[in-house]
Amino acid sequence: MAQMTMTQSLNSALNLCLEKDPGVVVLGEDVGFFGGVFRVTDGLQAKYGEHRVLDTPISEGGIIAAAIGMALNGLRPVVEIQFADYIYPGYDQIVSELARIRYRSGGAFNAPVTIRAPCGGGIRGGQTHSQSPEAIFAHICGIKVVMPSNPYDAKGLLIAAIEDDDPVLFLEPKRLYNGPFDGDPNKPSIAWSGHPKGEVPEGHYTVPIGSADIVRAGTQVTIISYGTMVHVVEAAARSLNVDAEIIDVRSMVPLDVETLCASVDKTGRCLIAHEATRFGGFGAELMATIQERCFWNLEAPIERVCGWDTPYPHAFEWDYFPGKDRVVAALKTMLGLP
Amino acid sequence: MTRQSRLHIPVSSARPGERPDFSYLQVSPAGAVARPAVDAESGSIQDLAHTLIRVLDEAHHAVGPWNPSLSADVLRSGLRYMLLTRLFDNRMLKSQRQGKISFYVQSTGEEAVAVAGTMALNAGDMLFPSYRQQGAFLVRGSPMVELMCQLLSNTRDMCKGRQLPVCYFSLKGNIAAISANLATQFPQAVGWAMAAAIKSSDDVAVSWTGEGSTAEADFHQAVLFASVYRAPVILNVVNNQWAISTFQGFAGGERLSFAARGPGYGLASLRVDGNDFLAVHAATTWAAARARAGAGATLIELVTYRAGAHSTSDDPARYRPVDEYRSWPLGDPIERLKRHLMVLGEWSEDKHAQLTEELEAAINAAWKEAVSYGTQTEGPRLNTDLMFDDVYKELPPNLLLQRDQLRKMRS
Repeated sequence: MAQMTMTQSLNSALNLCLEKDPGVVVLGEDVGFFGGVFRVTDGLQAKYGEHRVLDTPISEGGIIAAAIGMALNGLRPVVEIQFADYIYPGYDQIVSELARIRYRSGGAFNAPVTIRAPCGGGIRGGQTHSQSPEAIFAHICGIKVVMPSNPYDAKGLLIAAIEDDDPVLFLEPKRLYNGPFDGDPNKPSIAWSGHPKGEVPEGHYTVPIGSADIVRAGTQVTIISYGTMVHVVEAAARSLNVDAEIIDVRSMVPLDVETLCASVDKTGRCLIAHEATRFGGFGAELMATIQERCFWNLEAPIERVCGWDTPYPHAFEWDYFPGKDRVVAALKTMLGLP
Repeated sequence: MTRQSRLHIPVSSARPGERPDFSYLQVSPAGAVARPAVDAESGSIQDLAHTLIRVLDEAHHAVGPWNPSLSADVLRSGLRYMLLTRLFDNRMLKSQRQGKISFYVQSTGEEAVAVAGTMALNAGDMLFPSYRQQGAFLVRGSPMVELMCQLLSNTRDMCKGRQLPVCYFSLKGNIAAISANLATQFPQAVGWAMAAAIKSSDDVAVSWTGEGSTAEADFHQAVLFASVYRAPVILNVVNNQWAISTFQGFAGGERLSFAARGPGYGLASLRVDGNDFLAVHAATTWAAARARAGAGATLIELVTYRAGAHSTSDDPARYRPVDEYRSWPLGDPIERLKRHLMVLGEWSEDKHAQLTEELEAAINAAWKEAVSYGTQTEGPRLNTDLMFDDVYKELPPNLLLQRDQLRKMRS
């Protein structure tokens, strides 16, 4: 075991996959010589060469399309889109091609591409460096969508994604690269060292795609979340002294319905929290699924705490971000606390 | 498996610790390139995509057919705006380092691109800049306080706190709202120009994008539509050699110039010394006259160098020699125009020092006023209600509800 930040654990995953499988290639803007604007690919080009860790033109559509072509020719490309906000020029290639190539060819072709993209806010990035677009990809049939919330899961999930024969969108909450974040921007930054999920094996392991993680067992209420918000809801429940069962979804597609519903059946209450916009957000899918399965065990309406239905505004970052106060208010309502 | 990869990987001419090497840059002598009629058939002027239009020679004289023969007053005005742009950038960089603004983008070393380009146009011509043409806003009369308030996301921010710093616009100055997304403005400028043609107006549209951004599909869509409809548009590619850490070879500049993409689409295309104020002015004047004459669009490659970092989030020492700019063959645009004016007997070191002092004082005064409307750390603050406006023209029910929720939480 070693202490790693999320940046380091992702780098470790890429390093192991490049070492193990000569078919793995890494490509993206600034990922080669420079090592990526968030340093996730640092040192990989020096180690594996310019033919396996490729700098690309600034063309997200081109990068994703080229990755599909490489995958069709037997490689296992890992793409970096510098910010999830810049993935849209590649949207047609993802939706119409990458996600459907297996289906439309009757299973004859597949393209095992992993697309890594930093997402989420909290770094004063404004509307073009803060988005959480998981729902618009989760809606697409044929591509898996995952988002880790800590270094341990990040490494295990990334290795699983690269080794998966289906395409995977791998979203990285950029606010968590260097440390956990409980939603309070006025506190000094915390490091991953000392956090139990900052302990990461140096070797190969996987976190299975499609499995949620029970971060904390509890009895009073189930809080379902993912990404940066996992840490925010933990802090909120702690501050209220509520015995919450906290679940990190980790994998939106496929979704671990059994783990989520078993918990809600047990607690009878469910709060869903995500950073993305509320309307049509992934929380709506979670809510519908839980309502279908757990209706007779629910003791209160399911609640959602999400980003507002606006673009992510630069000056109002902490008014937009669904921070601890909003989670606390929702918990109080659900639990009838003063 | 032992066979060598046949893939070509572009290699930068110099990385940190290495000697800067610009031998790849094809430079024509000043005055050497012919200036065709503005309505010349694009097929007959393809060589202009490969040469380099330059007016200022080594002795700082203006020479050749592209000399725009500008008055000393216009030249001094150009010098003033370029210097103002640089000093403004310097001051805002300092403010970012002091934590007063969250992010900044400099245009250091490439001030002639936006300043000369904008000065060569009519006030009614519509500009679609990228985030590195702040000089256009100064030329078009945006008050510095207004720009600074945008950078500060404060109570006078034109974007009402919603945009990253430097994403300005100017409704009065006919400058479209800057997007941080790359090259998206390029095909939009073509559409604006198509509308101008449909409406039978004489206005032209002008856009700028970086050489790195030409990799986006938007660039190709823009040149295609511009060519098909002969839209009255000027499409500038600012080749400043670096797109964050990737040099221009990764955008496809290794074997052919960026201007050379135009002839393939049937577009008139010019390759221009982007640090030569007179050359940029002359090329823009030519392209605007061509557009107004109904002869169609022009693609212009402006060859320059990004002397500063990509942004305040970037550290170029990691990927290029720190002293590379000192070896840049096309020099500094401000220094070159200053020398030219001095050769003409229209400028002096004393006047330059005086102007610098005057502009710095104006910038400091503007900054003092701007911060009185709020900074990142000190009030007054924008009303959070503003977050919900302008998503749509009118607030739909979900936003009305959310605005109320936030109000209750804040009270």
